[in-house]
Amino acid sequence: MDKKQRPMTTEAQLKPEHQIEELERVTIRFAGDSGDGMQLTGTQFTRTAAVFGNDLATLPDFPAEIRAPAGSLPGVSGFQISFASTEIYTPGDRPDVLVAMNPAALKTNLGDLKPGGLLIVDKDEFEPTNLKKAAYETNPLEDGSLNGYQVVPISITRQNELALEGLPLSAKDKFRCRNFYALGLVLWLYGRTLDTTIKWATEQFKRRPDILEANLRALRAGYNFGETTELFRVQYRVPPAKVPPGVYRHISGNEATALGFVAASVLSGLPLFYASYPITPASDILHELSKLKNFGVKTFQAEDEIAAIGAAIGAAYGGHLGLTGTSGPGLALKSEALNLAVMTELPIVVIDVQRAGPSTGMPTKTEQADLLQAMFGRNGDSYVAIVAPCTPSDCFFMAIEAFRIALKYMVPVVFLSDGYLGNGSEPWRIPDVSELPKIEWHYAEPQAGKFNPYRRDPNTLARPWAVPGQRGMEHRIGGLEKSGETGDISYDPRNHHEMTLARKGKVERIAQDIPPLQVTGPEEGDLLVLGWGGTYGSITSACENARKRGLSVASAHLRYLNPFPANLGDVLKRYQKVLIPELNTGQLALLIRGRYLVDAIPFNKISGQPFKIAEIEGKIDEVLGLRDEYVLEFTRSAGVSGG
Amino acid sequence: MTAPTMPNDGLISPDLPVLTRKDFVSDQEVRWCPGCGDYSILAQMQKMLPELGIPREQIVFISGIGCSSRFPYYVNTYGFHTIHGRAPTIATGLKTARPELKVFVITGDGDGLSIGGNHLLHAIRRNIDLTIVLFNNRIYGLTKGQYSPTSEFGKITKSSPYGTTERPLNPIRIALAAGATFVARSVDRDTKHLEEMLYLAAKHRGVSFVEVYQNCNIFNDGAFAAFAEKEVRADRMIYLEHGKPLRFGKENQHGIRLNGFTPEIVENAATDDGLLVHDAHAENITLANILVGMDYPDFPVPIGVFRDVDAPTFDQLVQQQVEEAMARGKGSLEAALRTGETWVVE
Repeated sequence: MDKKQRPMTTEAQLKPEHQIEELERVTIRFAGDSGDGMQLTGTQFTRTAAVFGNDLATLPDFPAEIRAPAGSLPGVSGFQISFASTEIYTPGDRPDVLVAMNPAALKTNLGDLKPGGLLIVDKDEFEPTNLKKAAYETNPLEDGSLNGYQVVPISITRQNELALEGLPLSAKDKFRCRNFYALGLVLWLYGRTLDTTIKWATEQFKRRPDILEANLRALRAGYNFGETTELFRVQYRVPPAKVPPGVYRHISGNEATALGFVAASVLSGLPLFYASYPITPASDILHELSKLKNFGVKTFQAEDEIAAIGAAIGAAYGGHLGLTGTSGPGLALKSEALNLAVMTELPIVVIDVQRAGPSTGMPTKTEQADLLQAMFGRNGDSYVAIVAPCTPSDCFFMAIEAFRIALKYMVPVVFLSDGYLGNGSEPWRIPDVSELPKIEWHYAEPQAGKFNPYRRDPNTLARPWAVPGQRGMEHRIGGLEKSGETGDISYDPRNHHEMTLARKGKVERIAQDIPPLQVTGPEEGDLLVLGWGGTYGSITSACENARKRGLSVASAHLRYLNPFPANLGDVLKRYQKVLIPELNTGQLALLIRGRYLVDAIPFNKISGQPFKIAEIEGKIDEVLGLRDEYVLEFTRSAGVSGG
Repeated sequence: MTAPTMPNDGLISPDLPVLTRKDFVSDQEVRWCPGCGDYSILAQMQKMLPELGIPREQIVFISGIGCSSRFPYYVNTYGFHTIHGRAPTIATGLKTARPELKVFVITGDGDGLSIGGNHLLHAIRRNIDLTIVLFNNRIYGLTKGQYSPTSEFGKITKSSPYGTTERPLNPIRIALAAGATFVARSVDRDTKHLEEMLYLAAKHRGVSFVEVYQNCNIFNDGAFAAFAEKEVRADRMIYLEHGKPLRFGKENQHGIRLNGFTPEIVENAATDDGLLVHDAHAENITLANILVGMDYPDFPVPIGVFRDVDAPTFDQLVQQQVEEAMARGKGSLEAALRTGETWVVE
């Protein structure tokens, strides 16, 4: 530790000796009222762990209400981080440590804490009013109900107040620094420095020196408390992970998405135009891209979802990278215009950061239930390409892929992210720009005689991209059926048949141009666990664990959903059984069964939360006949089927 | 990274060919009903376009759905027949991405004010440099005769056999309320006036909105005949001209004056004293709002330019922000990937 960061008020000789214990992996959940700054606390801890060199994964979990009534159960906001000295894929099933800033946070999160887990609570908040708001009849700190845990009640509110005494801030502003007290304490507990947080806060509050001072005092007070008291006998160490050499940063899925589309612009040399209507959990992409005007990016906050996709189509028609982004309800609104892009064969990309539906659903909770909407949710026989990133950083690469495909095949592409990927984060080895794929495209070439806007490339079936400004190629397009070649309006029966097959065919031909599906684990065997999207981490970990137990289980993850990789049919045949875990009621399973006539076993969770590793392992054991029927834990008490 | 306008560099031709009306006639057979007012609008547009001095390939017509929205097929420029009500959105994306293009939006009373009302409002309030022409025939023609948002109260149509129970919108009032920087009205039968309005609208920098009273001789024949027919026009319409007193009548003998905020007719006004003088350049829209309230049979119907003011355009402001950001330092992907905290693993 840097000496400068040493707590100034602590006499070294008075410090108790703390035992140091080394751990491979730790999962911490910070939980408090949505006004308590838990997302910031979690993010700061994450940055520190990332810079230290741990592998990590995070799961922010916050209410849709910006400020639900203070202290209430619906107002609880949580942030879970798992960090390790080994490679990890998920934010952890159950936390080892729960920091609960009030009774409501304890009530809503205690059920997830591991038996015997460490429970740090702000005991000052456990007073009658707050207990009542959390529907506690007795104080859980006193009634013995927490006996199964290592409870560390700390007077966080009061101590924070004392640390900030004399600062010219309101009581409310001081109260809001408690999260930094808790952060300082947890940073001490895991032997971390305060450097990263101090650096961040100094930059963040450079115009508010009073707020900076208060936060730093709170942070150091929490840290010192850990160091000087004997409440904690043990201090933990989680050594850095062994990861490939390179320059790393910490990145969320939505950040990676924004950067990926900027990269697509750089790699293609075409300006990016992003049109979007604010919607949770996709808005961050708009925020990120609107800052990047120095890349020639134009962003447009449209009057509604339809206008956003309309504008993206207009930009694509004009020869730029037309991009729009939304979440499920917005995709529904965009479906008619998406079909216009299908009919006019314009290369737009539509981002859907999926959230729990239907209708408004649960905006801040994750789900993978828009796959069939993306695939089929339009009138007529309508084909679009679909890609789906599988980790937060994979959003970067799949964004580039989305435009590579769109421009080469002149086809709309749907990019299916989800709330878990978009808000979740991980350390990322920054790629070398020179290693990124080039994106090739060309505007229409002059044709002899009259220009034919629907004369297709025989290989890709792409039609020429003739953009306004190109002389001699003036032409008219629209949503009415076009005559092949000329693009004139046509009601000819044979033409419609052929044009429909051409639009379908060009999406199918993309399969010649995407990597084959990779299998992790045995090349053939008892079970293949097939997934897509944000379930990658839990599926990969569960299958690794199963193989460690000697089971013949492989995993494969689809990043291309339309078309599927060309080898998917072969891969499916090499295993006795195929299990498809999804955060929906079986959408990929339906497609796989329909397409390949494989009796895939669906495993479905629709709770707004990602899969736990143990859940997938439980189901694997059931499918392999190693246990009775596996039922998702949260459905057991309710008596409903886990699917 | 190349400049945002890069793809246009090889595309926009520097020379301005001399074009004629014929250059703007496409090879498509025009399929409106014989006698439709749309023919006149198409003809005046094709006559006017060469006067703009813009090469064909830099002009784009974007339409929604409805009879009027067939328009782009018949003009030999770039054209996009989009979906119902959404033409302003596609035009906004195109014009924002490519501000150097001349973009027209062709819409109707149903397309622009019913299903696409929201987009029309927002395109206008942004003052994006589009020329929007709204064909108002006060009926749904393509779907064969239902009432539209501009149909008169009580109108009997296929979907209102007992008369409508809805009050109509006034398109000019909507445009003014949304802050349109150019607002005009014309009528299909007055070809010379129509051509002039289209020209002025096309030359305006910023959003220009032109309502054209258009006869649907199949489903709403004679909708405007009472005041727009040649024989009665002089007495029942009033031509707005900036800086001139409001006068009408065969001999230009009548005038309009204000009584408070209420207009009234001055019959046989001997002098211009006290007559309302039109000011299309006023920032304040009160006068334009008073004029738009004048309607037949109580008043002559005003046609001409209601409002013509200058204001920064959305597309240019967006372009300017991008250019300024790039002038401060073009983005480097390497640097962007390394934003925030980074660390090295050996």
